[in-house]
Amino acid sequence: MLTESFVLFNTEISPGYRRMRLLVSEAFVRKAAPGRFVMLRVNDSTDPLLRRPFAVFDTGAASDGAYFEILYRVIGRGTAMLSEKKKGDILDILGPLGKGFSLDDSAGEKLLVGGGIGLAPLYALARKLREASSTVRLFAGGRVRGDILCADAFEAIGVECRFTTEDGSIGERALVTQPLVRHLESLDIGATIYACGPEAMLRAVAKIAACRAIPCQVSLESRMACGIGVCLGCVVPGRRHSVRTPDFRCVCAEGPVFDAREIDWKMSQ
Amino acid sequence: MSVPDLSVDLAGIPLRNPVMTASGTFGYGAEFAAHMDLESIGAFITKGLSLEPRAGNPPPRICETPGGMLNAIGLQNIGIDAFAAQKLPFLRAVKTPCIANFFGETIGDYAKMAARLDAIPEIAAIEVNISCPNVKKGGIVFGVDPASAADVVSACRAETTKPLIVKLSPNVTDIVAMACACADAGADAISLINTLLGLSIDLAKRRPTLANVTGGLSGPAIKPVALRMVWQVARAVKLPVIGIGGIASASDALEFILAGATAVQVGTANFVRPDAAPRIVREMGDWLTTNGVDDVKTLIGALET
Ligand SMILES: Cc1cc2nc3c(=O)[nH]c(=O)nc-3n(C[C@H](O)[C@H](O)[C@H](O)COP(=O)(O)OP(=O)(O)OC[C@H]3O[C@@H](n4cnc5c(N)ncnc54)[C@H](O)[C@@H]3O)c2cc1C
Ligand SMILES: Cc1cc2nc3c(=O)[nH]c(=O)nc-3n(C[C@H](O)[C@H](O)[C@H](O)COP(=O)(O)O)c2cc1C
Repeated sequence: MLTESFVLFNTEISPGYRRMRLLVSEAFVRKAAPGRFVMLRVNDSTDPLLRRPFAVFDTGAASDGAYFEILYRVIGRGTAMLSEKKKGDILDILGPLGKGFSLDDSAGEKLLVGGGIGLAPLYALARKLREASSTVRLFAGGRVRGDILCADAFEAIGVECRFTTEDGSIGERALVTQPLVRHLESLDIGATIYACGPEAMLRAVAKIAACRAIPCQVSLESRMACGIGVCLGCVVPGRRHSVRTPDFRCVCAEGPVFDAREIDWKMSQ
Repeated sequence: MSVPDLSVDLAGIPLRNPVMTASGTFGYGAEFAAHMDLESIGAFITKGLSLEPRAGNPPPRICETPGGMLNAIGLQNIGIDAFAAQKLPFLRAVKTPCIANFFGETIGDYAKMAARLDAIPEIAAIEVNISCPNVKKGGIVFGVDPASAADVVSACRAETTKPLIVKLSPNVTDIVAMACACADAGADAISLINTLLGLSIDLAKRRPTLANVTGGLSGPAIKPVALRMVWQVARAVKLPVIGIGGIASASDALEFILAGATAVQVGTANFVRPDAAPRIVREMGDWLTTNGVDDVKTLIGALET
């Protein structure tokens, strides 16, 4: 689905991070399930040429219609151009696309693990899980204080938050996996892990989950051109992958959320 | 003025308009049904098919470049058996010609593929890719040498009565020699260009950006090269020529037609807008109306030099 959409706001929430709200239809919001993503066109020239993928951060009802939000980090040319969009500007959206988180009905705690901007898809997920009255805990890690995003928003919906930074400027001075492991060791009921963040973090979380036989879903990032499963540019190696018998999974169409056991974590990019 | 006539005849296949979608950028067609009206375009070309399914190259497979992108997908495809078993009901339901793109690793493979596709009534024509720059054992050996290209074309010609389109690689010194060799070997049409071989480097990592090291360049960046080659080939061979390379608007498409193309294919632009091809059809009609042209065919090769 291609949509032309008005920017409602595009605000810096922490140095280098922004939250953008766009006016969309209710039909769009119904499709924008947690973990799905959109492909945004940052301008209508050929430079940059390709759309940029962003996760669904939040959706809701606004006074003049439905809205949709992304949370993004300014890292390159495309996101720099996005950061210049103002209220009333029009943005071209393709989506929502991909396969989101599967909301497993089993009892037990829902443990969200986010590294830096990896928090983006976890807020929409946390809201859904809280609506179903689940116990939701967030383990959010970053390098410095400014990488810990939207803590208030998570706390406001009743999510228990633990923070870690590499410099100790907020929360514990640790990697995000450390409080996660401690929590799992003290837990005597079941749990499900949902993670998004840098690849090294995801690999570590996947291993922790596998050792304890805890279900774990990960949201992956990969360079993509089309977002709809035709260019086959965004594949990652799957569980049965070997050089002689390749097993590639298309992140945009089969993901971006995968069961962590479906991914071959040996072969990193 | 009445509605301009956009229809063209491509080697015996009547097309409602000259705008088609290029191999590898349009899946097997069905993927786009949710995003556009397939019956608004002239024809669509499938992802390149081979005798056996192929998993493709390791990632990273793509990267963006100024005005374009590099890809080293490695000809990932489901293989002819799965194609025949799964995709034909969809093709039967769509009233737009489907052209099957294919490749092989040996002349024998090419011939077998041509024979398999010839037997499928849902396929309107076949496009032989002799030009993929990505796979070490792939088409490259055939696509850069006129004699080898001619061998592939004759072998396919012997196996099919369907229109046989030969898709050329631009990675040659003399594109006209390639086109003439294919024409003499029995091709019914020539399509060009496939991607230009390129390289992108990640300076911080001091490594190539793509796992395959090199990749094929596509998108607006390659349009001038493609236009030049279409112009040269259209003047040299009597066969219809299909223009491909960086087409993203009706003006791009019409420039190819002026240069001598009977039809065009839209590739990378489908990734930017899945409805790129139908938009081009609409804009083309508007352009013809505005400029008082009542039949697009009158523009084919009408470039004044
Ligand atoms: C499914 C998915 C969801 C994402 N969700 C978010 C989100 O919610 N918030 C957020 O800040 N970022 C998100 N990203 C990453 C975001 O797409 C990149 O940061 C962005 O494309 C960078 O563009 P640029 O032009 O600023 O950077 P450049 O480095 O200039 O981009 C060059 C090229 O590389 C691609 N690229 C660069 N970094 C990434 C990356 N990490 N992942 C994928 N492609 C990349 C770009 O799309 C572009 O094609 C997501 C990525 C994916 C695949
Ligand atoms: C991701 C990708 C995959 C492609 N796969 C094929 C293929 O399987 N067979 C083929 O003949 N050409 C393939 N091509 C080449 C295109 O069909 C086209 O010739 C080329 O991209 C130039 O056109 P464009 O600039 O409009 O994209 C591929 C191109 C891209 C970008």
